[in-house]
Amino acid sequence: MEASAQPLISIRDLKVHFPVSGGSLFRRSRQVVKAVDGVSLDIYPGETLGLVGESGCGKSTLGRAILRLTQPTSGQILFNGSDLAHLSNSAMREQRRHLQIIFQDPYASLNPRMTVSQIIGEPLDTFQLARGQAKKERIQELMEMVGLSARFLKRYPHEFSGGQRQRIGIARALAVDPAFIVADEPISALDVSIQAQIMNLLDRLRRQKNLTYLFISHDLRAIRHVSDRVAVMYLGKIVELADGKTVYKDPLMPYTRALISAVPVPDPKIEARRRRIVLEGDVPSPINPPKGCRFHTRCPYAIDICREIEPQLVQIKPNHFAACIRISPEEPDIDRVAPGAAPGLQAHAASSTA
Amino acid sequence: MTASSNGNLLSVKDLCTYFKTEDGTVKAVDGISFELRQGETLGIVGESGSGKSVANLSLMRLIPDPPGKIVSGSIVFDGRDVLELTPREVRDIRGKRIAMIFQDPMTSLNPFMRISKQLMEVTQLHLGHTKEQAREHAIKMLETVGIPDARERVDSYPHEFSGGMRQRVMIAMALSCQPELLIADEPTTALDVTIQAQILELIKRLKAETGASMILITHDLGVVAGMTDRIIVMYAGKIFEQAATTELFERPGNPYTRGLLRSVPDPTDEQGSLYQIPGLPPDLAHLPPGCPFAPRCDRAEDLCRREFPPYVELTPGHYSLCHFANDVFAESADQV
Repeated sequence: MEASAQPLISIRDLKVHFPVSGGSLFRRSRQVVKAVDGVSLDIYPGETLGLVGESGCGKSTLGRAILRLTQPTSGQILFNGSDLAHLSNSAMREQRRHLQIIFQDPYASLNPRMTVSQIIGEPLDTFQLARGQAKKERIQELMEMVGLSARFLKRYPHEFSGGQRQRIGIARALAVDPAFIVADEPISALDVSIQAQIMNLLDRLRRQKNLTYLFISHDLRAIRHVSDRVAVMYLGKIVELADGKTVYKDPLMPYTRALISAVPVPDPKIEARRRRIVLEGDVPSPINPPKGCRFHTRCPYAIDICREIEPQLVQIKPNHFAACIRISPEEPDIDRVAPGAAPGLQAHAASSTA
Repeated sequence: MTASSNGNLLSVKDLCTYFKTEDGTVKAVDGISFELRQGETLGIVGESGSGKSVANLSLMRLIPDPPGKIVSGSIVFDGRDVLELTPREVRDIRGKRIAMIFQDPMTSLNPFMRISKQLMEVTQLHLGHTKEQAREHAIKMLETVGIPDARERVDSYPHEFSGGMRQRVMIAMALSCQPELLIADEPTTALDVTIQAQILELIKRLKAETGASMILITHDLGVVAGMTDRIIVMYAGKIFEQAATTELFERPGNPYTRGLLRSVPDPTDEQGSLYQIPGLPPDLAHLPPGCPFAPRCDRAEDLCRREFPPYVELTPGHYSLCHFANDVFAESADQV
């Protein structure tokens, strides 16, 4: 991926809000879950962009909104010269040929009444890509591509293991020769030994077919392994963005640091001398997210002003973005910032007036 | 707290738990033996279908019969074979001297019952608490596991708590009667990593405070690395390897363990393609002759496909089920 390349997909200030009803039976109150709340992100051709966060942070909603499987509330999704967020339904269906998704649960995402051949063949029919013998050959080709024997054509999903079903889901996504695939927790439901198989398969296909992935996962180890760049999400916002190695080795955000330190390492010696940052409390509700920085309720570095000012994602180091007012390009290390100081505040004042 | 003279709180011998299915007999647990010393934490690692959860349910005599049955073996807990106890005696042990934490706190707590009542039931039944005593004890336990405002929140229903908080309630319930043995079956699998870190720290702290022994069942090698003294690796209902935690990670003596360790991405390491164990976990109703892992093993030879492997003792307390256990063990020493 080159820095100068044109992004394949540009997301601008995307918001996905869901109305929820609350209150008592007689006094309904309209509340809003801000699942995705102002995300801007560029995804470049050929890259794997990892999107990591805890449950409820909005990562899956973001992935689904890009494909318009969930209707965005506002913002833009620029792809192929058009804004997906504002296309008509029929125009969007055309675009879906280029944008596909692989789901987490290979048990729930395949129709149990359809054979493998029907499942993989369905998108070929929908987009009228192949018929008759050509369709049959294409299905066989797709099955071989994902490591399934063509002998299984007439079988039903329940006859397969979780890992094999995930391969069927991948074959279905590839059937239309997409440019971009959202992989939404594609390995989370699988066994350890099968996870490695699926990660390797996705990586091989990306290189062979020049695919671009948004790889969504809560698993930092997997994200680090498969991604070129990693975006960390918390309560509807991207809070840190950099290349995978940097996010892992040199995280700027207190949240990212805590997230990384929480991942158990399969090495007893490292585990024995590791000092873990254990965050207090749970992720707050996205219905009434905390004011100011959404992480301030759990952040060990939070000061009064963090409760007031909502931080923007700004470039702290080259190609390394973070949303924290307590750091700045001059003072990127939060541990070295003077107590109570917020060197990033100036930049935020500037960007909010701009 | 008592233990038999050899220091073992629990001693499992040749345990076999089979299930009758339409497909034939599934040998979910097939002749496993292990011991748990006083105060020790033992990790049981395996993929789905390896038999780790069935082994653990067998210990508590919680196997649904039919279709399941403990067909042979012995489970000696504190000098007595659990399999020979009357159902009443088993009930007295279960929840009191041996307690369990399950994976999903939402399904293991009663959604229609207040937390207070669920916690009080345990001590009223096992410790003969009066209502008042039980209530005070419940509040104390919730405080111990770090539930803020325990006195106000004790009468909540499970759905009013988050996943992490519910798991804390489960832990409070499990520890209510100061059990000698705590069995935790994937206690953090349903939780987010930051919450997982909280719960693991909590379990570690409480275990140290109470001196209880623990069996931790998980598929996550990272979790066992930091929590356990010894590890059992299960595959196809068998123990494939058993060793002290540090030795298992440093010098695995079984190709399956080695494969598992290699297939976890190491975030600190630059690596290209990830090592992968080929193939699929075995169908327990139709196991191949010979070693059940042979079809997926990178060093299997004809012998492996023909004959069941021996259980080799590599160093004192380190066992591996493999025809080439000594070779694998030597190879992993070279790699260090």
